[in-house]
Amino acid sequence: MTIQDDMNPVSADAETNSDGIARTVAERSAFQRVLTLTVGPILAAFLLSALILMLVGVNPLTYYGYILERSLFSGLGLQQTATRMAPLLFLCASLIIAFRAGIWNLGTDGQFLLGAVISAASAPLLVGVLPGWAVLLAGFVLAALVGAVWSLIPALLKAYQGVNEIITTLMMSFLGVLLASTLVKLVFRDPATTVPQTRTLPVEDRLPRLFDTSISSGLIWGLIAVLAVHLMMTRTAFGLRLRMVGANPLAATHAGLSVPLLTLATFGLSAGFAGLAGASEILGVAGNVRANWNPAYGLMVIPLVFLARFNGVGAIVLVFFYSALMIGSESAARRLGVPQDFTLVLVASLLICLGLGEYIDHHKRKKER
Amino acid sequence: MSGLLTEAFLSSLLTGAIVAAIPILLAGLGEQMSEKAGVLNIGIEGMMLMGAYIGFLVAFETNSLWLGFLGGILGGVLTAIVMAVLCVRLGLNQIVIGIGLTLGVEGLTALLHHFQFSRTYPRLPAPERLSIPGLTDLPVIGPSLFGRHLIVYLALIAVVVLAYLYRRTNLGMTLSAAGERPAALDVAGGNVLGIRVVAVLFTGAMAGLGGAYLANIGAGLFIPFMTGGAGFIGIVLAMLARGRPLWVLIGSLIFGAALSLTTALQVAGSNIPTDVIQMLPFAAVMLVLVLFGRRAKLPAALGAAYERGAR
Amino acid sequence: MSNASETVTSLSSETRTGVIGVHGVTKRFPGVIAVNNVSLTFHQGEVHVLLGENGAGKSTLVGILSGLQEPDDGYLSLNGKKIRLASPSASLDAGISTVFQHSMLVPTLTVLENLTLGAPWYERPPRARIAARMEELKREFALSLPLDAIVGELSLGQQQQIEIARALLRDSKVLILDEATSMLTPQGAHELGERMQKLVKSGLAVIFITHKLAEAYRYGNRISVLKQGALAGEMGPDQLKSMSEDQAVDEIVRLMFGREAGAGSTEQRNSTKRDDTVLKLENLSTQGDADVMGIADISLILQAGEIVGVAGIDGNGQKQLAEAMAGQRPLNSGRVELDGEDITSATVAQRRRKGLRYLTDDRLAEGSVAAFPISENTVLKDIGQPPFWVNGLERPQRIAQHARDLIARFSVHAPGETTPIGRLSGGNIQKVLLGRELLGEARVVVFNKPTYGLDLKNIDTSRQRISEIAERGLAVLLISTDLDELMALSDRIAVMEGGRIRGIVKNDGSGEALRLRIGRMMAGEEDYKQATA
Repeated sequence: MTIQDDMNPVSADAETNSDGIARTVAERSAFQRVLTLTVGPILAAFLLSALILMLVGVNPLTYYGYILERSLFSGLGLQQTATRMAPLLFLCASLIIAFRAGIWNLGTDGQFLLGAVISAASAPLLVGVLPGWAVLLAGFVLAALVGAVWSLIPALLKAYQGVNEIITTLMMSFLGVLLASTLVKLVFRDPATTVPQTRTLPVEDRLPRLFDTSISSGLIWGLIAVLAVHLMMTRTAFGLRLRMVGANPLAATHAGLSVPLLTLATFGLSAGFAGLAGASEILGVAGNVRANWNPAYGLMVIPLVFLARFNGVGAIVLVFFYSALMIGSESAARRLGVPQDFTLVLVASLLICLGLGEYIDHHKRKKER
Repeated sequence: MSGLLTEAFLSSLLTGAIVAAIPILLAGLGEQMSEKAGVLNIGIEGMMLMGAYIGFLVAFETNSLWLGFLGGILGGVLTAIVMAVLCVRLGLNQIVIGIGLTLGVEGLTALLHHFQFSRTYPRLPAPERLSIPGLTDLPVIGPSLFGRHLIVYLALIAVVVLAYLYRRTNLGMTLSAAGERPAALDVAGGNVLGIRVVAVLFTGAMAGLGGAYLANIGAGLFIPFMTGGAGFIGIVLAMLARGRPLWVLIGSLIFGAALSLTTALQVAGSNIPTDVIQMLPFAAVMLVLVLFGRRAKLPAALGAAYERGAR
Repeated sequence: MSNASETVTSLSSETRTGVIGVHGVTKRFPGVIAVNNVSLTFHQGEVHVLLGENGAGKSTLVGILSGLQEPDDGYLSLNGKKIRLASPSASLDAGISTVFQHSMLVPTLTVLENLTLGAPWYERPPRARIAARMEELKREFALSLPLDAIVGELSLGQQQQIEIARALLRDSKVLILDEATSMLTPQGAHELGERMQKLVKSGLAVIFITHKLAEAYRYGNRISVLKQGALAGEMGPDQLKSMSEDQAVDEIVRLMFGREAGAGSTEQRNSTKRDDTVLKLENLSTQGDADVMGIADISLILQAGEIVGVAGIDGNGQKQLAEAMAGQRPLNSGRVELDGEDITSATVAQRRRKGLRYLTDDRLAEGSVAAFPISENTVLKDIGQPPFWVNGLERPQRIAQHARDLIARFSVHAPGETTPIGRLSGGNIQKVLLGRELLGEARVVVFNKPTYGLDLKNIDTSRQRISEIAERGLAVLLISTDLDELMALSDRIAVMEGGRIRGIVKNDGSGEALRLRIGRMMAGEEDYKQATA
């Protein structure tokens, strides 16, 4: 079960496995289960959020309708939604590795921003020096490296000193966000602009767009990343080693695995993908980093990955809907005057309602047995 | 840089250190109780922010700082109730719910603030201050140490009271038992979920008060997202203090000093970007974790929900 | 907090004489009936032994009496009044205290704090009153405890005394001791037996749960035998007094297993030792710390076909020795030689491939990943190895086939290879792990408490398997806390205490004399008349 259970993120795995066993018992109430597990909580979350909207004097139907129309039922909106998905997908890949391996990497925001800054700083300088594809490749590789380096201290502390990574990654995240901003202002500042920001990667040098749309091909890379990570974690020896460390470090030691080294690998990969997420946003969409820019996608994606039960395909679906929500609410902020922070409320109530749904389901099944 | 050591600089540094330390101190003291009892209360950031919002709102509407503080406590406790129900009573994952709560409160307070004040940020009048004749007039330390709002001294008293309760009554051991071996407390006739709920609500109250202080005394206004990680620093302080309230106080003063360097250097006209100075407290935390992280021993059952009879 | 709801109901006069009555109690868990329509009466002034194998329902009954579980059917009574024990505090209020099989103390707190645990939070610990009461307990029951010591630093025997003292401080009327001798030396168990008699003389009712037959006779005034959740028979005080120990044990065995005595595996096996040395340990030492005992200067030789037993009270370095042999625990000094080859610096995986296998005692926490299916658990020690992985890619069919073979060969009872291993019983997990260790070319197998927590049938099978392994010419190191098991299987027995080998004795079949000698070494005495191997 995803939200229900102890601190270890991997324990979610246990429940998905046991779901299969309990299937025969639960079959007759399959419909009820779907109701308590997904449909009910989602409706409840939207109702709860609707109440809050009514409280501040906004008609929820107008608002929800506007969001749907703006993000899914208009060509441009759909393209924006698809483009927005790219960095979120890379972040999902990052978190799926970490959570399946039992590591709470809560520092993706810092890793993301530093990856973004380094790719924004390097790519424009490399244009003309290297061929176009190599510029982008260099930007991505540097971003992954910088992201990974930023997780080194938490990784070492966790692997060799057993220091709780929740705190260290959070602290490094705050540091990373501030450092990124400092770097933009002091080191990588574009001398040609008055606002502090990095040099800008020309539009024609960015990631190519898909066909005739405005969708960045970062979307494709993001999809590949999530699926590759999903397969790696479920189908390879390396993935099984990581999952074993996450599920039961004692058993991993007993089986002769080096828990510290695998912990370092988990941090490196997870933070590397967070760095890639930053690069995908810069090299695909933004082209530069402005000082104090921080979309704070990192913490936001955590609930999504949890709700998807660390499953890559599930994460893709959720990212799609969340991107739509973001695009829609950004537009609604301008047109309806509802700040886009409202999406936070919606996601939080979704999380709480889905958690409650799982709890109810868990207890129903307990009684049935 | 010759202006660095002037009386104005030192005074504003010291004042700033205390102003910045109090919210973290309150959050740290609150979190400490949750962690002792085995609940990793990541939602504390949200509790602080809710305390700041409601605390400010009440103070703004009633013109009373004290009612504002009460409102802050109320806001923190309301948020904590959600956490207590979901994570302690129902046993849902503490980290995910904690993050969810923080995000939710961030969104909610920003939304509500927007619809009340649009893009304006009204200020509260400057708080009345304690004035101890003689002491308050001392140079440098006078206004910063003896001229603060009464709540500052109440926070300091809370340190002493908590230290006393933890050491001299059964409270400390009951909390430790709930955090180390909840099953042992249960079979000894204690109430594991009860003490954990109390601890989480206390965290909410303290964090809410800290948030209200941040808004009403520290800034004099409410800005969405204004806590900016103060709650998370409270978590770190609680982790490093290993159950001792006095250590939370010392830690909060150190971080307060680092935070206040920002404003103090600005007063002194330094041209170091604020980002760099804002990094100081977080860098300090990391340094401390690198040096002493191994010793930050956490309760064995921290983060794990308790269900009777489950193994 | 107290919700012991009592309602006066007219009960049969028979129950009125007892302190606690259990009336037709049934408790079901998913898939099993743990306790099936059991009725019992516990009397003042009696040590009432509840005897039964693992899974007989003893622990569930303890859980019901201590308020951890509530019966599905039936009810409890206290002094003839119907009573509901909905929580541990209700049970405590009713005067029932329980010393659980696994210590229920908080290791980081002091003895005094553990004694006062459960008191209202705002009160101050009544130190003076407790100190005075402890003086009394010291005189009456020989319970001597340092009030300010941290519990985690005390021995398991002392920890148990804390729990008994806590029950006495509460003025309990009933004391439940669940498998209380499993952590004690033979001498310690004897002391506990005497203490129990003193307790019942002072007016308590003691419920003593055990699976050891001899203990039941020695310490008990009344014995109730549980079998598969149901009451299989009861022997009253008069009946017990009229029987010799052998007679009583025979009768109990008949009740428990429905067969005559002698079927127990206490008979010594014939040695299959050969002359070639397989494994040689020289002066192994490991680092200890606050939580883990280090081992020092362990030297041992294992020959082909030989079973060397390692005796000792739990936690005296046995596990660390096994881990050091398996390569899981770094050595401070020493040398490990397998078939004449120095493998001191070999990794766990290398040692495994060379034939050195280690079956851990902690089946769930260390041996397996509970949430993973059986199939993955059978290959956890061979991740990345062909034929289960090719170029790092998993071959699910090969793994599944391998798991199905293992399930068939070791007669594992499981719905299928995709079942998470955590859902199997202890005995079946043990079979999977054993199958895993015996895969390929094994040379030496280290068994750590292989039969701990298994039911009697599985214990027999496991011991049979260990014998067979030795017969095939493998060397076996058998770590166990069960002296009977060691004396039945081993060629030699090494005794560990405080991380050292206190002596190695030849298992010459000298019965009680040997048992006493081993018992003394377990308590830390060096054995100077050390038998040469």
